[in-house]
Amino acid sequence: MGIRLDEQDKTRNFEALLLPHLDAAYNLARWLTRNDQNAEDLVQVAYLRAFKFFDGFRGTDARAWLLTILRNAYFTSLRDNRHEDADVSFDDDLHGQGREAWDTSSYDIGNSPENALAAHDTRRLVNQALESLPQTFREVIVLKEISDLSYKEIAEITDIPLGTVMSRLARGRKMLTDYLTKNAGGG
Amino acid sequence: MLVEDKLDCNESQSLIAAYIDGELDSSSAIRYSAHLEACPACSAAYRQMRDLQATVKTHATQYAAPAYLRERIQAALPRPAPRARKFPKLPWTWINFGVTGACSLAFAVMFSVYVQAPSLQDRLEDEVVASHARSMMVNHLSDVISTDQHTVKPWFSDKLDFSPTVVDFAQQGFPLIGGRLDYLDQRPVAAMIYRHRLHTLNLFVWPETPHNDTPPVSTSKQGYQLIHWTQSGMCYWLISDMNGQDLMEFKHLLSGEIDKSNKH
Repeated sequence: MGIRLDEQDKTRNFEALLLPHLDAAYNLARWLTRNDQNAEDLVQVAYLRAFKFFDGFRGTDARAWLLTILRNAYFTSLRDNRHEDADVSFDDDLHGQGREAWDTSSYDIGNSPENALAAHDTRRLVNQALESLPQTFREVIVLKEISDLSYKEIAEITDIPLGTVMSRLARGRKMLTDYLTKNAGGG
Repeated sequence: MLVEDKLDCNESQSLIAAYIDGELDSSSAIRYSAHLEACPACSAAYRQMRDLQATVKTHATQYAAPAYLRERIQAALPRPAPRARKFPKLPWTWINFGVTGACSLAFAVMFSVYVQAPSLQDRLEDEVVASHARSMMVNHLSDVISTDQHTVKPWFSDKLDFSPTVVDFAQQGFPLIGGRLDYLDQRPVAAMIYRHRLHTLNLFVWPETPHNDTPPVSTSKQGYQLIHWTQSGMCYWLISDMNGQDLMEFKHLLSGEIDKSNKH
């Protein structure tokens, strides 16, 4: 009886603590996998794994803990499945298609992009720029800009030193700038 | 300001990102912004990176989990039901559900019966419509064919326990065609037939208790216009396929005559 009640409490605590971060988890999963179905599966795997290790969770930041598990689950699945998503190359289709649309428009990062492009085109362009980044850089950029995490949190989640987080961020930003300038500026 | 406090451009470049990401401590941030004000090159580099960040933050898609994903995850988590163990002999949870469900069902059935049951007024309207429709069938319009109100009125008096007001409105475009006995609201009633151009109009009359006058109520049913009111202790139903305005005009003519006849 006691064990059963404990278990029920555990489920309830787990849900109260972790389910509020479902969107954050899904967002990262979606950016890592770049696919709705894979993202959903990855989130579910991460939650079940988090539940399994929930007894060991002593931290205060449930979101960072969950994202760490999710990221590890992602790389485990990559290793196991030799996922086609593991590529860090450009998607020619995507970029060829995009370039046509942007050739005539001008994108100037220094000015308000809304003036140069419709918001919709800007969104597509930015999303494509992010998806074009190699996994290593996309990950830190997404965690920083979209998940709004600190350097320290990113270092914990990705299990890399703080200095590496910073240098990857800098590299990633440089690549983003280049991509946006090249694809929207028309040279 | 002391020389040691100032940043050179190399140092500044390495701090741009940390400054933008809010990772500098406050004294470093103050020193950095002082340098930006003084150095156009660093200032331009800073603006470019800040704009990139704004662009990404604003336009990159913030994906939200679909609603069913939460349910899927919750369904996959272990969910023991310790309450069921406390009363091993009777599955109280199920009994409670069952009783609650049965009560809800009973209520739902009663409620839908109640809602679907036609009100008395609805049923009477249906009867009036049916009677009118029947009267339109061949040779069923009138029992007494007379355009003379002085023929129709006594004819009713012989057969009913009340005497309806019978007026010919031929002058006004509503000639009286005849009278008929009908059965409505579980009693014999007087039916008078009028014609208006190509339309036929049935007027049903019977005594109503209590003797309260009620204003005319117009409805339409199955393509017919109906007007119902009570006046001087009599209940009136007018029905026709003519338009509601003409029917109401007839009602006013009739009401005027009823008032007149009651004063005599």
